[in-house]
Amino acid sequence: MMEDTKIDKKINIKGEVCPYTLVKSKLAIEEIEVGQVLEILLDYPEAAESVPKAMLNYGHMVLKKEKINPSDWIIQIRKEVED
Amino acid sequence: MDFSEEQLKRYSRHIILPEVGGKGQKKISGAKVFIIGAGGLGCPVGYYLTAAGVGTIALMDNDVVELSNLQRQIAHSVKTLGFNKADSAKNTFESLNPDVNVIAIRDRINNKNILEIIKDYDIIVDGSDNFPTRYLVNDACVMLKKPLVSGAILRFEGQVTTILPGDGPCYRCLFEEPPPPGLVPSCQEAGVLGVLPGVIGALQATEVLKIILGKGSPLKGQLLIYDALGTNFRKVKIPKNPGCPVCGENPTIKELTDHPEEYCEL
Repeated sequence: MMEDTKIDKKINIKGEVCPYTLVKSKLAIEEIEVGQVLEILLDYPEAAESVPKAMLNYGHMVLKKEKINPSDWIIQIRKEVED
Repeated sequence: MDFSEEQLKRYSRHIILPEVGGKGQKKISGAKVFIIGAGGLGCPVGYYLTAAGVGTIALMDNDVVELSNLQRQIAHSVKTLGFNKADSAKNTFESLNPDVNVIAIRDRINNKNILEIIKDYDIIVDGSDNFPTRYLVNDACVMLKKPLVSGAILRFEGQVTTILPGDGPCYRCLFEEPPPPGLVPSCQEAGVLGVLPGVIGALQATEVLKIILGKGSPLKGQLLIYDALGTNFRKVKIPKNPGCPVCGENPTIKELTDHPEEYCEL
């Protein structure tokens, strides 16, 4: 099922650290509509935990969190509520 | 407008708040706030609104900085003694946040200049130190339908209220006329705890940001009273007065009157 997810916006925030990982993710999710999906590529280990957690707190859905290689994570968030 | 990397850093703690976000921060950047008085209240209000990134902040004051101001007027310093207060605060605010367009107006507000001076601003903050000005600002904001965040301080007690003309009472609904000169002492006569305007000014700045963001409940129809000695906050309801001379059903105040200068300064 996950392979079928349509991605509406992608951001690459490799090199960013907290809290800018969240700042950039938050700004990106504001740019999509409810029901659309944001894919975040990041390499800051703490953010792989904190960004999905913050997105849940904002009311969005974490569809995927996957370590794709020794340094990088992919996180997919579906926007569930208006900003 | 996209945020620069510097702005992302500067406003990061706002952007990650769900109630603010990038959209709210842009509203803040687009807002124009007019502050009457660059004294005890105007300093902290302007300071925090500058830090928050309010796009345009006008400060109006005709006095010069004196040593006796520095106990509470935190935007001034020994380096700006003798300078106009609006200019002094502008210097301080510009070094805090160059994003903000700070406009210093070296003048005293009166019935002839007020409407023209404040008409292009979204929100008015009253940080004045005397009743005639407080009433003049109230009446002008009612006439122009401008949100007004009013604050007052004396000794260990401060008050705040938010006036949204057309949507709640105004200052005259609470007290129809100013008290006679001499009845209420000024800070110069009675003293004021230096930190008190910091508390009240921070509350005023909070109200301003809430109005800009359209979040929370504004302090309308209520007077918040802070008693520093007892550490008490209490809210007093202000009913809208249908017979209010300025915002009532049949207003009798249709033009602004000038105020006497017999009130002394803060």
